Amino acid sequence: MIPRPFEYHAPTSIEAALGLLATHGSEAKLLAGGHSLLPMMKLRFAQPAHLIDLNRIETLKGIRLEGNTIHIGAMTCENDLIWSPVLAEHCPLLVETARLISDPQVRYRGTIGGDISHGDPGNDHPAVMLCLGASFVLQGGRGKRVVAADGYFLGMYSTAIEPEEILTEVRIPVPPKGSGYCYAKLKRKTGDFATAAAAVLLELEGDTVVDVSIALTNVGATALKATDAERYLRRRPLTDGAIIEAARLALEICDPVEDLRGSVEYKRAMAGEMTHRALHTAAARAKR
Amino acid sequence: MSKKTVVSFRLNGHDTDVTVEPRELLIHTLRERCAHTGPHIGCETTHCGACTVDMNGTSVKSCTVLTVQAEGADLLTIEGLAQGGVLHALQEGFMQEHGLQCGFCTPGMITRAYRLLQENPNPTDDEVRYWIAGNLCRCTGYQNIVKAVQYAARKLRGATA
Repeated sequence: MIPRPFEYHAPTSIEAALGLLATHGSEAKLLAGGHSLLPMMKLRFAQPAHLIDLNRIETLKGIRLEGNTIHIGAMTCENDLIWSPVLAEHCPLLVETARLISDPQVRYRGTIGGDISHGDPGNDHPAVMLCLGASFVLQGGRGKRVVAADGYFLGMYSTAIEPEEILTEVRIPVPPKGSGYCYAKLKRKTGDFATAAAAVLLELEGDTVVDVSIALTNVGATALKATDAERYLRRRPLTDGAIIEAARLALEICDPVEDLRGSVEYKRAMAGEMTHRALHTAAARAKR
Repeated sequence: MSKKTVVSFRLNGHDTDVTVEPRELLIHTLRERCAHTGPHIGCETTHCGACTVDMNGTSVKSCTVLTVQAEGADLLTIEGLAQGGVLHALQEGFMQEHGLQCGFCTPGMITRAYRLLQENPNPTDDEVRYWIAGNLCRCTGYQNIVKAVQYAARKLRGATA
Protein backbone atom coordinates (compact mmCIF):
# COMPACT_ATOMS: atom_id res chain seq x y z
CA MET A 1 0.00 0.00 0.00
CA ILE A 2 1.48 3.27 -1.15
CA PRO A 3 -0.06 6.71 -0.62
CA ARG A 4 -1.22 8.88 -3.50
CA PRO A 5 1.44 11.28 -4.80
CA PHE A 6 2.08 14.43 -2.78
CA GLU A 7 4.69 17.10 -2.42
CA TYR A 8 6.89 16.74 0.66
CA HIS A 9 8.16 19.63 2.76
CA ALA A 10 10.52 19.37 5.72
CA PRO A 11 10.79 22.83 7.29
CA THR A 12 13.29 23.37 10.12
CA SER A 13 11.48 26.22 11.87
CA ILE A 14 7.94 26.87 13.08
CA GLU A 15 7.86 30.06 10.99
CA ALA A 16 8.73 28.13 7.82
CA ALA A 17 6.07 25.52 8.61
CA LEU A 18 3.47 28.25 9.16
CA GLY A 19 4.47 29.82 5.85
CA LEU A 20 3.96 26.52 4.03
CA LEU A 21 0.64 26.04 5.78
CA ALA A 22 -0.48 29.54 4.73
CA THR A 23 0.56 28.89 1.11
CA HIS A 24 -0.97 25.44 0.70
CA GLY A 25 -3.94 25.80 3.05
CA SER A 26 -6.50 23.04 2.93
CA GLU A 27 -4.37 21.06 0.47
CA ALA A 28 -1.77 20.46 3.18
CA LYS A 29 -1.52 18.14 6.15
CA LEU A 30 0.98 18.34 9.00
CA LEU A 31 3.02 15.18 9.54
CA ALA A 32 4.04 14.43 13.12
CA GLY A 33 4.84 10.81 14.03
CA GLY A 34 2.83 9.69 11.04
CA HIS A 35 1.46 6.57 12.66
CA SER A 36 -2.14 7.67 12.17
CA LEU A 37 -1.75 9.86 9.08
CA LEU A 38 0.44 7.59 6.92
CA PRO A 39 -1.84 4.55 7.39
CA MET A 40 -4.81 6.80 6.49
CA MET A 41 -2.96 7.99 3.40
CA LYS A 42 -2.19 4.42 2.37
CA LEU A 43 -5.88 3.58 2.66
CA ARG A 44 -6.87 6.79 0.78
CA PHE A 45 -8.82 8.13 3.78
CA ALA A 46 -6.45 11.08 3.55
CA GLN A 47 -5.03 12.39 0.26
CA PRO A 48 -3.18 15.63 0.98
CA ALA A 49 -1.43 17.29 -1.97
CA HIS A 50 1.22 18.67 0.39
CA LEU A 51 2.75 16.99 3.42
CA ILE A 52 4.52 19.27 5.89
CA ASP A 53 6.81 17.16 8.04
CA LEU A 54 7.41 18.73 11.47
CA ASN A 55 10.10 16.23 12.53
CA ARG A 56 13.01 18.54 11.66
CA ILE A 57 11.84 21.37 13.90
CA GLU A 58 13.94 20.87 17.02
CA THR A 59 12.22 23.67 18.98
CA LEU A 60 9.04 21.58 18.99
CA LYS A 61 10.70 18.87 21.09
CA GLY A 62 11.48 18.65 24.79
CA ILE A 63 10.04 18.60 28.28
CA ARG A 64 10.75 21.26 30.89
CA LEU A 65 9.40 22.48 34.19
CA GLU A 66 8.80 26.22 34.53
CA GLY A 67 7.44 27.29 37.89
CA ASN A 68 4.42 25.13 38.46
CA THR A 69 3.83 24.27 34.82
CA ILE A 70 5.21 21.44 32.70
CA HIS A 71 5.89 22.48 29.10
CA ILE A 72 6.02 19.69 26.53
CA GLY A 73 6.91 20.39 22.91
CA ALA A 74 4.23 19.04 20.60
CA MET A 75 6.76 16.88 18.69
CA THR A 76 8.01 15.11 21.81
CA CYS A 77 7.60 11.38 21.21
CA GLU A 78 5.89 8.93 23.55
CA ASN A 79 9.16 7.18 24.34
CA ASP A 80 10.61 10.46 25.60
CA LEU A 81 7.58 10.90 27.86
CA ILE A 82 8.23 7.44 29.31
CA TRP A 83 11.85 8.22 30.23
CA SER A 84 11.46 11.87 31.29
CA PRO A 85 12.76 12.53 34.84
CA VAL A 86 10.59 15.66 35.00
CA LEU A 87 7.44 13.68 34.30
CA ALA A 88 8.48 10.79 36.57
CA GLU A 89 8.71 13.26 39.43
CA HIS A 90 5.91 15.70 38.67
CA CYS A 91 3.40 13.94 36.43
CA PRO A 92 3.67 10.13 36.59
CA LEU A 93 0.13 9.87 35.16
CA LEU A 94 1.55 10.87 31.79
CA VAL A 95 4.32 8.27 32.03
CA GLU A 96 1.81 5.55 32.88
CA THR A 97 -0.33 6.60 29.93
CA ALA A 98 2.54 6.67 27.44
CA ARG A 99 3.59 3.16 28.49
CA LEU A 100 0.12 1.92 27.53
CA ILE A 101 0.13 3.50 24.07
CA SER A 102 0.64 1.12 21.16
CA ASP A 103 4.07 -0.55 21.01
CA PRO A 104 7.75 0.43 21.30
CA GLN A 105 8.30 1.19 17.61
CA VAL A 106 5.21 3.37 17.45
CA ARG A 107 6.21 5.17 20.67
CA TYR A 108 9.57 6.20 19.15
CA ARG A 109 7.67 7.98 16.37
CA GLY A 110 4.28 8.91 17.77
CA THR A 111 4.12 12.35 19.39
CA ILE A 112 1.99 13.88 22.12
CA GLY A 113 0.99 16.73 19.82
CA GLY A 114 -0.01 14.40 17.01
CA ASP A 115 -2.05 12.25 19.36
CA ILE A 116 -3.90 15.34 20.62
CA SER A 117 -4.34 17.07 17.24
CA HIS A 118 -5.67 14.03 15.43
CA GLY A 119 -8.94 14.26 17.35
CA ASP A 120 -9.42 10.49 17.42
CA PRO A 121 -11.42 9.52 20.53
CA GLY A 122 -9.39 6.29 20.60
CA ASN A 123 -6.20 8.22 21.29
CA ASP A 124 -5.14 8.28 24.94
CA HIS A 125 -3.76 11.77 25.48
CA PRO A 126 -7.02 13.70 25.03
CA ALA A 127 -8.65 12.16 28.14
CA VAL A 128 -5.43 12.51 30.12
CA MET A 129 -5.15 16.16 29.08
CA LEU A 130 -8.74 16.76 30.24
CA CYS A 131 -7.93 14.99 33.49
CA LEU A 132 -4.82 17.10 34.08
CA GLY A 133 -6.45 20.40 33.13
CA ALA A 134 -3.87 20.92 30.39
CA SER A 135 -3.85 23.67 27.80
CA PHE A 136 -2.49 23.83 24.28
CA VAL A 137 -0.47 26.52 22.55
CA LEU A 138 -1.70 27.07 18.99
CA GLN A 139 0.51 29.14 16.74
CA GLY A 140 -0.76 30.72 13.55
CA GLY A 141 0.26 33.43 11.15
CA ARG A 142 -1.28 36.06 13.43
CA GLY A 143 0.37 34.85 16.63
CA LYS A 144 -0.19 32.46 19.49
CA ARG A 145 -3.25 31.55 21.50
CA VAL A 146 -3.62 29.22 24.43
CA VAL A 147 -6.68 26.97 24.52
CA ALA A 148 -7.82 24.79 27.42
CA ALA A 149 -8.08 21.04 26.78
CA ASP A 150 -11.63 21.26 28.13
CA GLY A 151 -13.48 22.50 25.05
CA TYR A 152 -10.69 21.71 22.56
CA PHE A 153 -12.08 18.37 21.41
CA LEU A 154 -15.17 19.05 19.29
CA GLY A 155 -15.95 15.69 17.71
CA MET A 156 -14.56 12.75 15.78
CA TYR A 157 -11.35 14.05 14.11
CA SER A 158 -12.44 17.57 14.94
CA THR A 159 -10.68 19.99 17.31
CA ALA A 160 -10.61 23.74 17.93
CA ILE A 161 -7.40 24.17 15.89
CA GLU A 162 -7.73 26.38 12.80
CA PRO A 163 -6.42 25.14 9.44
CA GLU A 164 -3.53 27.65 9.44
CA GLU A 165 -2.46 26.84 13.01
CA ILE A 166 0.10 24.43 14.47
CA LEU A 167 -0.10 22.94 17.95
CA THR A 168 3.34 23.80 19.30
CA GLU A 169 3.23 23.08 23.01
CA VAL A 170 1.28 21.29 25.72
CA ARG A 171 1.11 22.95 29.13
CA ILE A 172 0.25 20.94 32.20
CA PRO A 173 -0.21 22.41 35.67
CA VAL A 174 1.81 20.25 38.08
CA PRO A 175 -0.70 18.15 40.05
CA PRO A 176 -0.76 18.89 43.80
CA LYS A 177 1.99 17.01 45.67
CA GLY A 178 0.82 13.63 46.92
CA SER A 179 -2.03 13.33 44.40
CA GLY A 180 -3.02 9.80 43.52
CA TYR A 181 -3.26 9.02 39.83
CA CYS A 182 -4.06 6.20 37.46
CA TYR A 183 -4.69 5.53 33.79
CA ALA A 184 -6.65 2.29 33.60
CA LYS A 185 -6.92 1.02 30.03
CA LEU A 186 -8.64 -2.06 28.72
CA LYS A 187 -7.32 -3.20 25.36
CA ARG A 188 -7.59 -6.46 23.50
CA LYS A 189 -3.93 -6.61 22.56
CA THR A 190 -0.77 -4.54 22.43
CA GLY A 191 -1.18 -1.91 19.75
CA ASP A 192 -4.97 -1.79 19.88
CA PHE A 193 -6.94 1.26 20.89
CA ALA A 194 -8.73 1.20 24.21
CA THR A 195 -12.02 -0.65 24.47
CA ALA A 196 -12.44 1.85 27.29
CA ALA A 197 -10.03 3.70 29.55
CA ALA A 198 -10.21 6.07 32.50
CA ALA A 199 -7.76 8.70 33.72
CA VAL A 200 -7.99 9.74 37.36
CA LEU A 201 -6.23 12.37 39.45
CA LEU A 202 -7.17 12.29 43.13
CA GLU A 203 -6.39 14.48 46.10
CA LEU A 204 -7.22 13.02 49.50
CA GLU A 205 -7.14 14.34 53.04
CA GLY A 206 -7.47 11.31 55.26
CA ASP A 207 -10.28 9.42 53.55
CA THR A 208 -12.03 12.51 52.25
CA VAL A 209 -11.82 13.58 48.63
CA VAL A 210 -10.44 17.10 48.40
CA ASP A 211 -10.48 17.13 44.63
CA VAL A 212 -10.82 14.58 41.86
CA SER A 213 -10.59 14.63 38.10
CA ILE A 214 -11.91 11.82 35.89
CA ALA A 215 -11.80 11.55 32.09
CA LEU A 216 -12.67 8.71 29.72
CA THR A 217 -11.16 7.43 26.45
CA ASN A 218 -12.97 5.98 23.41
CA VAL A 219 -16.51 5.86 24.76
CA GLY A 220 -17.88 8.86 22.85
CA ALA A 221 -17.13 11.05 19.84
CA THR A 222 -14.45 12.75 21.95
CA ALA A 223 -12.71 12.09 25.24
CA LEU A 224 -15.20 12.79 28.04
CA LYS A 225 -14.86 14.56 31.38
CA ALA A 226 -16.94 12.73 33.95
CA THR A 227 -18.09 15.85 35.78
CA ASP A 228 -21.10 14.25 37.54
CA ALA A 229 -18.89 11.57 39.05
CA GLU A 230 -16.34 14.20 40.10
CA ARG A 231 -18.99 16.40 41.72
CA TYR A 232 -20.42 13.42 43.58
CA LEU A 233 -17.04 12.46 45.04
CA ARG A 234 -15.81 15.89 46.15
CA ARG A 235 -15.77 16.38 49.95
CA ARG A 236 -17.09 12.84 50.40
CA PRO A 237 -15.29 9.96 52.15
CA LEU A 238 -13.87 7.68 49.47
CA THR A 239 -15.62 4.47 50.53
CA ASP A 240 -16.06 1.42 48.29
CA GLY A 241 -19.70 2.43 47.93
CA ALA A 242 -18.76 5.94 46.83
CA ILE A 243 -16.37 4.56 44.21
CA ILE A 244 -19.08 2.26 42.85
CA GLU A 245 -21.52 5.17 42.60
CA ALA A 246 -18.90 7.39 40.92
CA ALA A 247 -18.18 4.64 38.38
CA ARG A 248 -21.92 4.35 37.70
CA LEU A 249 -22.19 8.12 37.15
CA ALA A 250 -19.18 7.98 34.81
CA LEU A 251 -20.59 5.23 32.64
CA GLU A 252 -23.90 7.16 32.35
CA ILE A 253 -22.25 9.82 30.18
CA CYS A 254 -20.73 7.30 27.73
CA ASP A 255 -22.02 7.12 24.19
CA PRO A 256 -19.82 4.53 22.48
CA VAL A 257 -20.38 2.91 19.09
CA GLU A 258 -20.46 -0.83 18.62
CA ASP A 259 -17.47 -2.30 16.81
CA LEU A 260 -15.15 -5.32 17.02
CA ARG A 261 -14.17 -4.26 20.54
CA GLY A 262 -17.67 -4.82 21.81
CA SER A 263 -21.29 -3.76 22.04
CA VAL A 264 -22.51 -0.43 23.35
CA GLU A 265 -23.56 -2.01 26.65
CA TYR A 266 -20.22 -3.78 27.08
CA LYS A 267 -18.19 -0.65 26.41
CA ARG A 268 -20.26 1.41 28.84
CA ALA A 269 -19.80 -1.26 31.49
CA MET A 270 -16.07 -1.35 30.84
CA ALA A 271 -15.84 2.45 31.11
CA GLY A 272 -17.45 2.09 34.53
CA GLU A 273 -15.07 -0.72 35.45
CA MET A 274 -12.00 1.26 34.32
CA THR A 275 -13.21 4.24 36.39
CA HIS A 276 -13.67 1.92 39.34
CA ARG A 277 -10.16 0.47 39.01
CA ALA A 278 -8.52 3.84 38.36
CA LEU A 279 -10.13 5.34 41.48
CA HIS A 280 -8.99 2.40 43.61
CA THR A 281 -5.43 2.57 42.29
CA ALA A 282 -5.30 6.36 42.62
CA ALA A 283 -6.53 6.10 46.21
CA ALA A 284 -3.81 3.57 47.03
CA ARG A 285 -1.17 5.88 45.53
CA ALA A 286 -2.41 9.11 47.14
CA LYS A 287 -0.58 10.48 50.16
CA ARG A 288 -3.13 11.48 52.80
CA MET B 1 3.29 17.22 -8.57
CA SER B 2 5.57 14.81 -6.83
CA LYS B 3 8.90 14.89 -8.53
CA LYS B 4 11.63 12.55 -7.41
CA THR B 5 14.24 13.67 -4.94
CA VAL B 6 17.61 12.30 -3.94
CA VAL B 7 17.76 10.97 -0.40
CA SER B 8 21.08 10.17 1.27
CA PHE B 9 21.54 7.99 4.31
CA ARG B 10 23.98 5.53 5.84
CA LEU B 11 22.83 1.95 5.48
CA ASN B 12 24.74 -0.52 7.64
CA GLY B 13 27.70 1.82 7.59
CA HIS B 14 27.67 2.51 3.85
CA ASP B 15 26.78 5.89 2.36
CA THR B 16 23.79 5.36 0.14
CA ASP B 17 21.88 7.62 -2.26
CA VAL B 18 18.50 6.80 -3.70
CA THR B 19 16.15 8.74 -5.95
CA VAL B 20 12.56 8.38 -4.89
CA GLU B 21 9.11 9.87 -5.03
CA PRO B 22 8.07 11.40 -1.68
CA ARG B 23 5.38 8.75 -1.30
CA GLU B 24 7.82 5.84 -1.37
CA LEU B 25 7.94 3.92 1.90
CA LEU B 26 11.29 3.08 3.46
CA ILE B 27 10.63 -0.65 3.37
CA HIS B 28 10.25 -0.56 -0.43
CA THR B 29 13.43 1.47 -0.86
CA LEU B 30 15.41 -0.94 1.28
CA ARG B 31 14.10 -4.04 -0.42
CA GLU B 32 13.73 -2.94 -4.03
CA ARG B 33 16.41 -0.28 -4.52
CA CYS B 34 19.03 -1.29 -1.96
CA ALA B 35 18.54 -5.09 -2.27
CA HIS B 36 18.25 -5.39 1.51
CA THR B 37 15.48 -7.95 1.71
CA GLY B 38 16.05 -8.83 5.36
CA PRO B 39 13.35 -6.43 6.55
CA HIS B 40 10.12 -8.13 5.51
CA ILE B 41 6.74 -6.81 4.44
CA GLY B 42 4.19 -8.44 6.71
CA CYS B 43 1.04 -6.46 7.40
CA GLU B 44 1.85 -3.06 5.84
CA THR B 45 -0.30 -1.54 8.59
CA THR B 46 2.24 -0.92 11.39
CA HIS B 47 1.09 -3.91 13.41
CA CYS B 48 3.42 -6.84 12.84
CA GLY B 49 6.92 -5.39 13.11
CA ALA B 50 8.43 -7.64 10.41
CA CYS B 51 9.73 -4.51 8.64
CA THR B 52 11.49 -3.16 11.75
CA VAL B 53 14.80 -1.43 11.13
CA ASP B 54 16.96 0.75 13.33
CA MET B 55 16.89 4.45 12.40
CA ASN B 56 19.05 6.97 14.29
CA GLY B 57 19.13 4.75 17.35
CA THR B 58 15.43 3.94 17.44
CA SER B 59 13.43 0.98 16.18
CA VAL B 60 10.96 1.94 13.47
CA LYS B 61 8.48 0.07 11.34
CA SER B 62 9.77 0.91 7.89
CA CYS B 63 6.34 0.44 6.30
CA THR B 64 5.26 3.59 8.15
CA VAL B 65 8.23 5.84 7.45
CA LEU B 66 8.67 7.70 4.18
CA THR B 67 12.06 7.28 2.57
CA VAL B 68 12.37 11.07 2.32
CA GLN B 69 12.16 11.15 6.13
CA ALA B 70 15.37 9.12 6.26
CA GLU B 71 17.45 11.94 4.76
CA GLY B 72 20.73 12.00 6.70
CA ALA B 73 19.68 9.02 8.81
CA ASP B 74 21.82 6.21 10.15
CA LEU B 75 20.04 2.96 9.26
CA LEU B 76 20.76 -0.52 10.50
CA THR B 77 19.05 -3.64 9.17
CA ILE B 78 19.50 -7.32 9.94
CA GLU B 79 22.12 -7.41 7.15
CA GLY B 80 24.36 -5.15 9.24
CA LEU B 81 24.45 -7.23 12.40
CA ALA B 82 26.89 -10.02 11.56
CA GLN B 83 30.47 -8.74 11.53
CA GLY B 84 33.29 -10.37 9.56
CA GLY B 85 31.26 -13.50 8.96
CA VAL B 86 30.54 -13.93 12.68
CA LEU B 87 26.93 -13.94 13.74
CA HIS B 88 25.77 -11.28 16.20
CA ALA B 89 24.99 -12.63 19.68
CA LEU B 90 21.27 -12.20 18.94
CA GLN B 91 21.48 -14.23 15.74
CA GLU B 92 23.41 -16.90 17.60
CA GLY B 93 20.84 -16.78 20.42
CA PHE B 94 17.90 -17.24 18.05
CA MET B 95 19.69 -20.26 16.56
CA GLN B 96 20.74 -21.84 19.86
CA GLU B 97 17.41 -21.31 21.61
CA HIS B 98 15.22 -22.11 18.58
CA GLY B 99 13.77 -18.61 18.60
CA LEU B 100 12.13 -19.13 15.21
CA GLN B 101 10.28 -21.59 13.08
CA CYS B 102 9.28 -20.07 9.73
CA GLY B 103 11.67 -17.15 10.24
CA PHE B 104 9.50 -14.48 8.67
CA CYS B 105 9.37 -12.26 11.77
CA THR B 106 12.97 -12.96 12.76
CA PRO B 107 14.83 -10.07 11.07
CA GLY B 108 12.43 -7.54 12.59
CA MET B 109 12.45 -9.34 15.91
CA ILE B 110 16.26 -9.36 16.09
CA THR B 111 16.61 -5.76 14.93
CA ARG B 112 14.14 -4.68 17.63
CA ALA B 113 15.88 -6.81 20.27
CA TYR B 114 19.18 -5.21 19.26
CA ARG B 115 17.90 -1.76 20.24
CA LEU B 116 16.26 -3.14 23.38
CA LEU B 117 19.59 -4.56 24.58
CA GLN B 118 21.36 -1.30 23.73
CA GLU B 119 18.95 0.50 26.02
CA ASN B 120 18.65 -2.19 28.67
CA PRO B 121 21.54 -4.69 28.68
CA ASN B 122 20.12 -6.66 31.60
CA PRO B 123 16.35 -6.96 31.10
CA THR B 124 14.00 -9.22 33.03
CA ASP B 125 11.89 -11.65 31.00
CA ASP B 126 8.88 -9.37 31.56
CA GLU B 127 10.83 -6.40 30.28
CA VAL B 128 11.85 -8.33 27.16
CA ARG B 129 8.20 -9.17 26.52
CA TYR B 130 7.04 -5.58 27.09
CA TRP B 131 9.71 -4.03 24.90
CA ILE B 132 9.34 -6.43 21.95
CA ALA B 133 5.55 -6.29 22.01
CA GLY B 134 5.56 -4.48 18.67
CA ASN B 135 6.79 -7.60 16.89
CA LEU B 136 4.39 -10.44 16.21
CA CYS B 137 5.41 -14.08 15.80
CA ARG B 138 2.81 -16.64 14.76
CA CYS B 139 5.01 -19.71 15.27
CA THR B 140 6.94 -19.80 18.49
CA GLY B 141 4.57 -18.54 21.16
CA TYR B 142 7.42 -16.17 22.12
CA GLN B 143 8.86 -18.44 24.82
CA ASN B 144 12.02 -19.23 22.88
CA ILE B 145 12.29 -15.69 21.55
CA VAL B 146 12.56 -14.43 25.12
CA LYS B 147 15.16 -17.12 25.82
CA ALA B 148 17.08 -16.12 22.69
CA VAL B 149 17.15 -12.46 23.70
CA GLN B 150 18.33 -13.42 27.18
CA TYR B 151 21.03 -15.66 25.66
CA ALA B 152 22.30 -12.67 23.71
CA ALA B 153 21.99 -10.35 26.70
CA ARG B 154 24.17 -12.70 28.78
CA LYS B 155 26.71 -13.07 26.02
CA LEU B 156 26.92 -9.33 25.33
CA ARG B 157 27.26 -8.51 29.02
CA GLY B 158 30.09 -11.02 29.26
CA ALA B 159 31.76 -9.61 26.19
CA THR B 160 31.72 -6.03 27.42
CA ALA B 161 32.26 -6.66 31.16
